[in-house]
Amino acid sequence: MSSILSTRDLQLWYGQTHVLKGIDIHIPEKNIIALIGPSGCGKSTFLKCFNRLNELEPQCKISGSVLFRGRDIYSRYDVNSLRKSIGMVFQKPNPFPMSIYDNIAYGPRVHGIRKKTELDEIVERSLKQAFLWNETKDRLKTNALGLSGGQQQRLCIARALAVSPEVLLMDEPTSALDPISTAKIESLVKELKSKFTVIMVTHNMQQAMRIADKTAFFLLGEMIEFNNTDVLFKTPFDKRTADYISGQFG
Amino acid sequence: MSKRKLISVLFLWLCYISAAVTVLLILGLVFTVFIRGREMLTVEILTGIPSFLKGTIGILPNILNTVYIVVLTLGIALPLGVGTAIYLNEYRRAGITVRIIEFAVDILAGVPSIIYGLVGLLVFVTSLGLGTSIISGALTMAFVVLPGIVRTSLEALKSVPAGYRDGAFALGTGRWHTTRTVVLPSALNGVLAGAILSVGRIIGESAALIFTAGVADKMLNIFEIFSPNNSGSTLTVALYIYAKERGDFDMAFTIALVLVLLSFVLNLSARALFKIGRVKT
Repeated sequence: MSSILSTRDLQLWYGQTHVLKGIDIHIPEKNIIALIGPSGCGKSTFLKCFNRLNELEPQCKISGSVLFRGRDIYSRYDVNSLRKSIGMVFQKPNPFPMSIYDNIAYGPRVHGIRKKTELDEIVERSLKQAFLWNETKDRLKTNALGLSGGQQQRLCIARALAVSPEVLLMDEPTSALDPISTAKIESLVKELKSKFTVIMVTHNMQQAMRIADKTAFFLLGEMIEFNNTDVLFKTPFDKRTADYISGQFG
Repeated sequence: MSKRKLISVLFLWLCYISAAVTVLLILGLVFTVFIRGREMLTVEILTGIPSFLKGTIGILPNILNTVYIVVLTLGIALPLGVGTAIYLNEYRRAGITVRIIEFAVDILAGVPSIIYGLVGLLVFVTSLGLGTSIISGALTMAFVVLPGIVRTSLEALKSVPAGYRDGAFALGTGRWHTTRTVVLPSALNGVLAGAILSVGRIIGESAALIFTAGVADKMLNIFEIFSPNNSGSTLTVALYIYAKERGDFDMAFTIALVLVLLSFVLNLSARALFKIGRVKT
């Protein structure tokens, strides 16, 4: 199976703290990958290596390589075009303080699309992909901060989709939401799989089991195990994985 | 009554008395200014040009000079101050450079304005040959208000949620574009409130302006304010001159009333802006 993203001996430090200790992973295309593990195990940090958002931390040092379609994203790769191809959705919904329309059109405008008809089309398509079109089509010009938390998060997904990425990184996208909004996002993510590769950090093992094709278990900066989700949860290879998923620690 | 209760009651009364004294002082001040200034505050005074030869009085040139200096000063200080704040908060998050600049800004904020006046006299008036003029005054005042503008802009930028920046960066937006389209609009109210507070500072300033913008009451047009040696006094400077050098206290109180009204309006609008800013974020 060809992998869209892979890392080779990826190491990361924040100042003196060794956060990621040599991660090797091959992520297959058009799959949902869940990253699980206890707090502080480095899974969110690892996620942000794929769109180089870690670079915003002044103390961050990285070695090893991250390949996106075979190209090393840390050497002579334009970071803005990388982030266009690899979108991200955050833990806390973070719509911009502008209209719903402008939120979705923000990314396309940044990347040079100016024509009104083209933008209209992108806004409609993205909102439909995020199952938000019916709820918002009559109030596209109203402020996005007026939406509910779950709607805001779907708006953020639509905003990420508007620049036609190939990969979607999601950092605990449902941890700030109620169960109904969570269910909506989960079914949305499953739909997205046909077109996008989704890498999702989650605290919730049931969520990983429900939607992920493959799951990676992280502990103390190492990737302990990476396997098909059903295999990882039913017959874990490593004892630490077994202990974690059976609730021995967390 | 127990000792504890007694102390508590005494303390409460002390607080009441302090509050009452403060309120009375302020009310007394405003009241005096209002009573003494009210008699002469007429349209003729507000729109008149003072002249010994024609025997006319008025404060129109001073009102105009105040407007000129406010507009010019903000025109210089706002881009510099907001630019500095953007550099510090958006481009140089941490590190020694930021700490040095922030330290310098805080020190500058505490320097008495008469020292700015002296330096302005030396640099703009003399060395650069601008003479006592509106433009010398505005340049000097720009440095007086700069620290305040940097501080308030910095606070406004810091209050912009980090998620806005992350969201924009994650879409492949460059840093300047992010700042311009997402960060600055969210910080705008705070920046504006800082600008209004600076206006108050400029209107209230006398020491630095006597040295640099001078004390003339001549009418100046738009072009003259940019040329050297066209001296002009703001309302506050004029107040000082009327009271101290001419002994014309009626005129001084008239100007005082105009100034009190002005600062009242400015404070109200600053408050309103702060409120809008808080509701939005």
